[in-house]
Amino acid sequence: MTGFVSLAKAMFLGFVRDKVTLFFVLVFPLMFLVIFGALFQDQGDNPAKVVQIGEVTVLDTFAQDDPDRFETLFDLKHTDDLDAAIEEVRQGNVDAAVSQRGDTVTVYFSAADTTGSMLVLNTLDGIVSAANLHKLQAAAPDIPLVDVSNEAVEDESLTTIQYLTPGLLGWAISISGVFGAAGTLVDWRRNKLLRRLRLSPVSIPSVIGARIGVSLLTAMVQLVVFVAVASLPFFGLQLTGNWWMAIPVLLLGTLAFLSLGMVVGAIAKTSEGASGLGNLIVVPMAFMSGSFFPLEQSPQWLQTVSWFSPLRYINDALLSVMVRGNDAWSVLPQMGMLAAFTLVIGVLAWRMFRWDDL
Amino acid sequence: MEAAITVTGLTKKYGEVTAVDDLSFKVKSGEFFGILGPNGAGKTTALELIEGLREPDTGHVELLGRSPRPRNAALAMRIGVQLQASAFFERLTAGEQLRTFADLYGVSGSRARHMLDVVGLTDKANTRIEKLSGGQAQRLSIACALVHDPELVFLDEPTAALDPQARRNLWDLLRQVNADGRTVVLTTHYMDEAEFLCDRVAVMDRGRILTVDTPTALVKNLNAPTRISVSSGFLTDDQVGEISGGTVHVDDDGIDLTFTTREPAGILTALARHAALDGLQVRGATLEDVFLDLTGREYRS
Repeated sequence: MTGFVSLAKAMFLGFVRDKVTLFFVLVFPLMFLVIFGALFQDQGDNPAKVVQIGEVTVLDTFAQDDPDRFETLFDLKHTDDLDAAIEEVRQGNVDAAVSQRGDTVTVYFSAADTTGSMLVLNTLDGIVSAANLHKLQAAAPDIPLVDVSNEAVEDESLTTIQYLTPGLLGWAISISGVFGAAGTLVDWRRNKLLRRLRLSPVSIPSVIGARIGVSLLTAMVQLVVFVAVASLPFFGLQLTGNWWMAIPVLLLGTLAFLSLGMVVGAIAKTSEGASGLGNLIVVPMAFMSGSFFPLEQSPQWLQTVSWFSPLRYINDALLSVMVRGNDAWSVLPQMGMLAAFTLVIGVLAWRMFRWDDL
Repeated sequence: MEAAITVTGLTKKYGEVTAVDDLSFKVKSGEFFGILGPNGAGKTTALELIEGLREPDTGHVELLGRSPRPRNAALAMRIGVQLQASAFFERLTAGEQLRTFADLYGVSGSRARHMLDVVGLTDKANTRIEKLSGGQAQRLSIACALVHDPELVFLDEPTAALDPQARRNLWDLLRQVNADGRTVVLTTHYMDEAEFLCDRVAVMDRGRILTVDTPTALVKNLNAPTRISVSSGFLTDDQVGEISGGTVHVDDDGIDLTFTTREPAGILTALARHAALDGLQVRGATLEDVFLDLTGREYRS
């Protein structure tokens, strides 16, 4: 027992004094949070850039009737030169050019930027239809109209920060788990410290237990730092009621990735080899487990593969309790899967454990 | 006296290479035992087999009456080990390092501080191990090996890569370790180190032990002649002939005049009579001559 405590203490001191590791475990995933968070913050709110050629009655009327709404929809420029306007569209400087001759409104758009063009086309289409409807109603006021009313039932598509925080936190946990265990094993084997410990009365469970203790502590620090940063007004994370269930999920997830890291550490001979092999596992896993973007956006085969990734269960569970507001017990299946991963990989790691390269 | 170590027929092969070949010896309790040989002689492999880190192909080892394999904590408590590499916890200070090892062996913190003092590193207690010099790291490593007051201590080339002053300091420390009653086993490729420190020396080459004895006996058994030299140019040829008596081998290289003899007393008296003792040097045989005699080749360290 004293062996366990003193090893954990030594390991923890060595960890917090290692600036590079601290950076990769805490700052690096946070950088992604800051970058992605800032990148997607104003998504969809930009007005479309449109060039108006000569007089376009529908637009002018709309601008007069509802100037506020017009400004949120369009960033309008005026010109009388058709060729120059089309050239601007071709260059990608504006989303579309619009002209009107008689009763025909012509929209020039770029086929290269389909998303941007579709938005402008739909908006203009809507404005033209509204204008037509207005005329028809004036001519025949008795015809009843069908109206569509929208009501959001559940916000399935979360705002960026709500999605990113659990995903990146899961990723950070996987990094510190794999690299922590693999790094310690390889470094201690390389500098013969494991050999030295082998000749001391310390037991293997003490050595491994110390590593687990330090990693679990690290995971809790990561949780606090992530939630604290993401909750800043600039990012605006809103935790839901059962967020505390993230704690057991993260602890179990850490165990799963520690055992994975121990397997890596048993295979790798050098620190470089360990970090290479670690990255080979963690980076693709982060992409296919929905750490950076929702899995629903990826192809079916990738979603199938993701069922074999422990990170997927961490991400799912964290999303569920931290931001989706689900019940605490709703993440039990994911926790069960994490426990199963830990057990299987852990047994493998135990069998592969080597004190020495002798 | 009870044997601290009994090694019987220890052999370890790696493919075609026999790293350690049929090693057998005993180390008495309280003895300072040296395993001497050039690099690649198999000293470290032998030590690792004895410590129980490697499994021998044949033969067996007993440390303090027990087998070192499989690992057992009770035996580990009675043994201190210093490895060739500096096996430390990264980024810990010398004090924290020793404190951690003390904890691992269930020894008090005051004992750790005492050991730091014994190896003269008290002023380095707050220095991280990465900032220690080679000699300081070796001393810390020895302190870690001794922190739980073991009966049996293994030191693998403790003075390798140290400057002469640091080596001398370490020798004094090692003598003290042994004087306190511990059995010490040391590997070295330095002849002078073995001669200075060890009660008995096993001379090892190419995986085999060539001989085991006290350094003095090894040299004496060689029955090698003594070389006496004085500065050249002080004696005439006639005088040299008279002193040597014709039976002694004489060599004059223009700087030193050297007599090689098995009866140095007569030559020295004669030289004194002629007042020709300028630049006098008397050299007996050393372990190097023993190695040369045993292997038929120069010692290559």
